[in-house]
Amino acid sequence: MIKVLSFLINEVNLVKTTLIGAAIALTLSNTSYAADLTLDIQNLTQGMYFTPVALVAHTPEASLFELGEAASVEIQAMAEGGALDGIATIGDSIDADVLANPAGGLLAPGATATGTLMTVDSNSVLSVVAMILPTNDGFIGLDNWQIPTEAGVYTVYLNAYDAGTEANDELRGSGASGEPGMPVPPPLQPLLGNGGAGVTVIENNATVHIHRGNIGDADLNGGTSDINNTVQRWLNPVAKLTVTVN
Amino acid sequence: MKFSSSKLTKLTTVALAVSLLAACGDDEVIEVERIVEVIVEVPAEIPAPVPFSYTVTVTNLTHAQPFSPVAVVLHENGYLWQVGEVASVDIELMAEGGDNSRLIALPQALTSMSGAMPIGPGGNDTFSLTVNDIADAKLSITSMLVNTNDAFTGLNAWDLGQLEAGESWTTQVGVYDSGTESNSEAAGSIPGPVDGGEGFNAMRNDVGFVARHSGVVTSDDGLPNSVLTGLHKFDSPAMRITVVRTE
Repeated sequence: MIKVLSFLINEVNLVKTTLIGAAIALTLSNTSYAADLTLDIQNLTQGMYFTPVALVAHTPEASLFELGEAASVEIQAMAEGGALDGIATIGDSIDADVLANPAGGLLAPGATATGTLMTVDSNSVLSVVAMILPTNDGFIGLDNWQIPTEAGVYTVYLNAYDAGTEANDELRGSGASGEPGMPVPPPLQPLLGNGGAGVTVIENNATVHIHRGNIGDADLNGGTSDINNTVQRWLNPVAKLTVTVN
Repeated sequence: MKFSSSKLTKLTTVALAVSLLAACGDDEVIEVERIVEVIVEVPAEIPAPVPFSYTVTVTNLTHAQPFSPVAVVLHENGYLWQVGEVASVDIELMAEGGDNSRLIALPQALTSMSGAMPIGPGGNDTFSLTVNDIADAKLSITSMLVNTNDAFTGLNAWDLGQLEAGESWTTQVGVYDSGTESNSEAAGSIPGPVDGGEGFNAMRNDVGFVARHSGVVTSDDGLPNSVLTGLHKFDSPAMRITVVRTE
């Protein structure tokens, strides 16, 4: 469509171009692109990392997760291991507009990643997910946030959720779905303790809920947890999303 | 004659009636009246300053974290801190030791105030400030949670231009960690009444950037050498702020 319209512009004289250009811009905003967004996602914590972040614009009828309901296997894979493949598959199936991994890897404490997202008209809400490390199945979440139609800068704060799919044993372990323990990618290797006995083997709430926080311990070589209790902890909110509607 | 279009000057046309006596012959005297236009430069009146006045009330929402004397700063631009950025020494002094003297003396401050006393849990303090002619000054507020290593709370560069005269705005704000001192919670490291330890220390031994505070662990929650107990835990928010634009 853009190509055709550009051709039309070339055919008219210079005086008329401006007017027609304005008319085309209006047409495009009404029919093709619903929103041209710049998205900044910031890690507000001092000691937690986020796995690659997925920012997904989709229809209000769709949902990546719901509080108080069991997580999908795709959310489980994201929350336990940071994998976005399943989220991408969901995105395809619901014709979502997806900004995946703007940080190009882990989003470090205090860091900000920026990307742009053009959304189609029907994708009027925004959801955001990324796993929080080190946790067993904690993730940052934004659930069906209405994208404003008025140009401007909007700020949204995100809380930490627990997917409810894995017991929070707080031990080094696996990022595979259904396997216990926490994935520990290279930057975190030296930051965690070893040899903890395990905080718990029980997950009381098997639905998505507000994460109760890490327990951790002060013993780097033993104790109950491999998490450092003065550093790898947080209070909500854990992430700041700045949405610029252009 | 040329005049610049300065704000302080305006051009005034003054009509002068000038009577001239003209001698036009031996005995004949004719009175001639002429109108002469003269342009003079007169200074414009200096407008009276327009005051923008605010009352700021802060309340301590914590259980056992006294707030150091609150710094309230109105400034034209900039911010006092930013998540992800290195804390200024001004912020470090306040966050580690409750010393706000450099914050209230910031060169970019239009006006500022310090609380006379710390604010205990449940307590509050009120400040009245006025700036002239600036409708969109920024409001910043900071205070240390004194029973911590380097936690502080407050408001960062909130745009007062959002308030009409007579309007008020209330918010509740969370807790930040200046990132300048590790959260050891150890004896001798906390200046508040629970420890009476050291406040500011120029050495920086933490992550090096400001972020949201992760909360204190305390000896009750598995940090054996902590001088803090469960009494000193806090959550977000920690401070309530009400701003009233009084004129």
